[in-house]
Amino acid sequence: MRKALLAAIVLVAGLSAMLLAPTSSADPPPGRVPHPAISVDTTTRSIDSPEVMRRTHMDMLKHQRDRTVHLGERRVKVTLNGCIDCHAGKGAGAAAGSVTGSAQAFCESCHRYAAVKLDCFECHQSRPASTPAPVSARPAAGGKP
Amino acid sequence: MTAVATNPSRFWLLAAASGLLLAIGLASAHHMETAGHIVTGMNNHVVWGLPHVFAIFLIVSASGVLNIASIGSVFGKAPYKARAPLSGLLSIAMLAGGLMVLMLDLGRPERVIVAATHYNFTSVFAWNVFLYSGMFAIVAIYLWTLLEKRMNPWSKAAGLAAFVWRLLLTTGTGAIFAFLVAREGYGSALLPVLFIVLSFGWGMAVFLLAQAAVYRWNARQLPEAVHRRMSRLLGVFVAASLYLVAVHHLTNLYFARNVAFERFILLDGGVYTGLFWLGFVLAGGLLPLVLLYRRDMAKPRHTLLASLLVVAGGFCLLYVFIIGGQAWPLDLFPGATISSSFLDGKIAPYAPSLPELLLGLGGLAAAFLITIIGVRVLEFMPHDPARDPDADPAA
Amino acid sequence: MSDREHHTPLDGPSATPGSTRLPAAAAQLQALAREAHRPGVSRRALLGAGVAAMAGVMLAPGIRLIEIAGAQVERKPGEAASSAVRWGLLIDTTRCSPDCNDCVTACNTENGLSGGTAPTDSQWIRKIEIRDQRTGRTASAPVMCQHCANPPCVDVCPTGASFKRADGIVLVDRHSCIGCRYCVMACPYKARSFVHEPVTDQKPDVPRGKGCVESCTMCVHRVDDGRKPACVEACPEGAMLFGDLNDPDSAISRRVREISTTRIREDLRLDTGVRYHGI
Repeated sequence: MRKALLAAIVLVAGLSAMLLAPTSSADPPPGRVPHPAISVDTTTRSIDSPEVMRRTHMDMLKHQRDRTVHLGERRVKVTLNGCIDCHAGKGAGAAAGSVTGSAQAFCESCHRYAAVKLDCFECHQSRPASTPAPVSARPAAGGKP
Repeated sequence: MTAVATNPSRFWLLAAASGLLLAIGLASAHHMETAGHIVTGMNNHVVWGLPHVFAIFLIVSASGVLNIASIGSVFGKAPYKARAPLSGLLSIAMLAGGLMVLMLDLGRPERVIVAATHYNFTSVFAWNVFLYSGMFAIVAIYLWTLLEKRMNPWSKAAGLAAFVWRLLLTTGTGAIFAFLVAREGYGSALLPVLFIVLSFGWGMAVFLLAQAAVYRWNARQLPEAVHRRMSRLLGVFVAASLYLVAVHHLTNLYFARNVAFERFILLDGGVYTGLFWLGFVLAGGLLPLVLLYRRDMAKPRHTLLASLLVVAGGFCLLYVFIIGGQAWPLDLFPGATISSSFLDGKIAPYAPSLPELLLGLGGLAAAFLITIIGVRVLEFMPHDPARDPDADPAA
Repeated sequence: MSDREHHTPLDGPSATPGSTRLPAAAAQLQALAREAHRPGVSRRALLGAGVAAMAGVMLAPGIRLIEIAGAQVERKPGEAASSAVRWGLLIDTTRCSPDCNDCVTACNTENGLSGGTAPTDSQWIRKIEIRDQRTGRTASAPVMCQHCANPPCVDVCPTGASFKRADGIVLVDRHSCIGCRYCVMACPYKARSFVHEPVTDQKPDVPRGKGCVESCTMCVHRVDDGRKPACVEACPEGAMLFGDLNDPDSAISRRVREISTTRIREDLRLDTGVRYHGI
C-alpha cells in the first residue's frame, strides 16, 4: 500500500513537471514542433476576426469556391487571390512573397503545425498577383524525353 | 464440403510472391501519382492505356466467372452448384483487382472520396460506382447463403440477384464505350451485349485455370464429366464471342464513314491488326475451338491450353479495342485531310510503359492473393457427389 | 477598314448591345413630353401615365437592361452568370493564315500553358490545316473547346466536374475532377487535355494542376470582367468575333445572320457555341 502510494506520488509529480515546465519559460523552447509564426499586414483588415478565421476559413473557401466556379460569382468577399495578395503581400514581413514554401509563409506555418496537408497550391498560384514568377522555375517545355 | 489439407509452405510461397508483385504494383501507382502520368506511355491522344486493358479484363472476367455459380443456383445444374463458392470468391477477387488498377490510375486517386460522394447520373461511370460496390455486397451475401448451412435455402434467390446484377454490371462496362458519340470504334449499341458474351468466355477460361490450379495444389482430381461439360461450354462462349465481334465489324464496314477506321483495325494498323487477327481471332478464338472440339475428346491439358489462349486473346482484343480505338484520329472535317500541332489526322502514338505494366500485374496479383487466401481459410473447394452428375441433373 | 468594323467585336459605341434599347426608352419619353403639351390632358393623368410608362420601360425591359448590363460589361460583385446570355465565337477562316499562330500564343500566355506540342502537353487551342481531298481547297482554322449546348463531356463526367455554366461556357471544376479522362474520350473535338506533370507558375486567374483535365475556358476570367478572350483580342486579322448569341442585336448575332457559317461535326447535333465561316 505504501509502495503504491509512493509510486502514485512520483507519477503525478513527474507528469506535472512535464506539463507545467514549458509554461514556466517566457518563450516556447525551440524544439521539434514548429509553432506558427504569422506576420500579418496590419494596415488592412482581414475579412473577419482571427478566432473566426482560424475555425472557419476552410469552410468559407470551400463554400465560395463552388459558387465562384459553378455560378460565376466574382469579386466576392472570399477569394483565394484576395487572401494571398494581403497575407503574402509587401506588408506581410517575413511572410511576404508566397503563402507556401517556408515555415514563415502564411498558410504553410499553421498547416505545418497542425499537420494538415495543403492541396490548394498544386493548382492555385501561391504568390500574390503583383509578384512576377521567377523564370527559372517554369517547367521545361516539351514532354517525355 | 470436406476440409482439404493444403501444403502450407506452398501457400506461403505463393502468398509472398503475389504479395511482392502487388507491392510493386502499388509502388508503381504511387510513382505515377506523384510524378504524374508523364512517366507512362499515355498522352493526350491515348488517355486510356495498358492499365485499362488489365482493369477491364479483370472486371469483365469477374462478372463472367460468376456465371458458373449462376448456372448452378439459377439454372439448377448440380456440378456448377458445387463450384459456386469458388466462382463467387474468384468474382470478388478479380473485381477487387480490376477496381484497384482503375482507381490507382486516376489522375487524382486521393479523390475517390469525391467520386463516392458527388454523382452525375447521366454518366455511366457514376452508375458503375454503385454497380461495382453493389456487386461486392451481393456476391458476399450470395457466398454466405452458400457456405452457411442455415442460409442454404436462400441461395437460389441470392444467386438470381447476383446473376441479374452482374448482367447490369457488364452492361454498364460495355456502355462506357457504347455512349461515346464521336469515335468510330465505339458508340455502338452492340457493345454492352458483346461485353456480356465476352464475359462468359473469359470467366469460364479463368475459372478453368483457377480450378485446375486449386485441384492440383490440393492433390484432387477433377471428375471427367465435369471437365467435359465445362470445356464444351467454353467452346460455345468462344464461338459466340467470335460471332459478335464479326457482326460488330461487318456492320461498321457498311457505313462509309467508318470504313477507314475498319481498314486501320483489320488491315493496315500494324500492331493493332496483328493483335486482332493473330491474337484474338486465331489464338483467342479459332485455336481454342480446335482444341476444345477435338474428335478424341479434349484432354485436361487441351482445355487448359485453350483457356490460356482465350485469356491471352481477351487481352489482345481489349488492347485493340481500347487503345486502337483511341489511336485512330477523330474525323473533325469529313472528306478533308487535316493536320495540326495536336496530332489531328494522325494515328496517335502509344507504347506501353513499365509503370503501367507493373500496375496491371499488381491487379492480377491482388486477385490471385485474395483467391488463395480465401481457398486456404474457407471451404471453397468444390465437392462433387460420387455418382456421375450427368445422370441426375436435378441433384 | 469599314469592312472590318462590320464585325469588330463589341468595341465601338454603335456595337454595345445596350445602346439599342436606350433609344427606345428615350423615344417613349419624348412621346410623353409631347402628350404633356396637348390641351385637355390633365397633368395628374399624364403623370400617372408617365409613371406607368416609365415603369413599363424600366421594369419589363428593365430585366433586359440588367441582362444587357451583364453582357460584355463586368458583372456586379457576387452576381451569378445568367442563362439569358449565351457566349459564342465566330471565326472567319478566310482571314486565317496557315503561318499565323497568334491566337495559340495568346492563349498559352494568358493561361500559363507551356506552349509545348509533345503528345503529353496541354493544348487548349490549335490551328488545324484542312485540305479537301477531292477539290484540293485548303483552309486554316483555330479549334478549341466548342462550348456545346449538349456537351458529351458533361454527360460522361462521373462527378459533375465537367459542367456547363449558365451562360454557355463549358468548364472543368478542378476541385471535383478525379482525372479519369472519360471526358477526353468523349469529346468529338479532342478539346480536352490531361495534365501529365506537376505545374508551377500558374497564372493567378487560371488555376491548373497535375492530374486534372482542362480545356479552353473561353477565358472565363476575362469574360466575367467584361473583356474578350485572349485569342480574340490577339488575332491580327480580326478573324474572331466574340459575343452574346442570345442577343439578336449583338455584333456576332447580326453577323451570323448575314453570312454563311458552319459548325464542326454539325451532324452530332451538339449545338456548339463556336461557328466558322469559310470551311
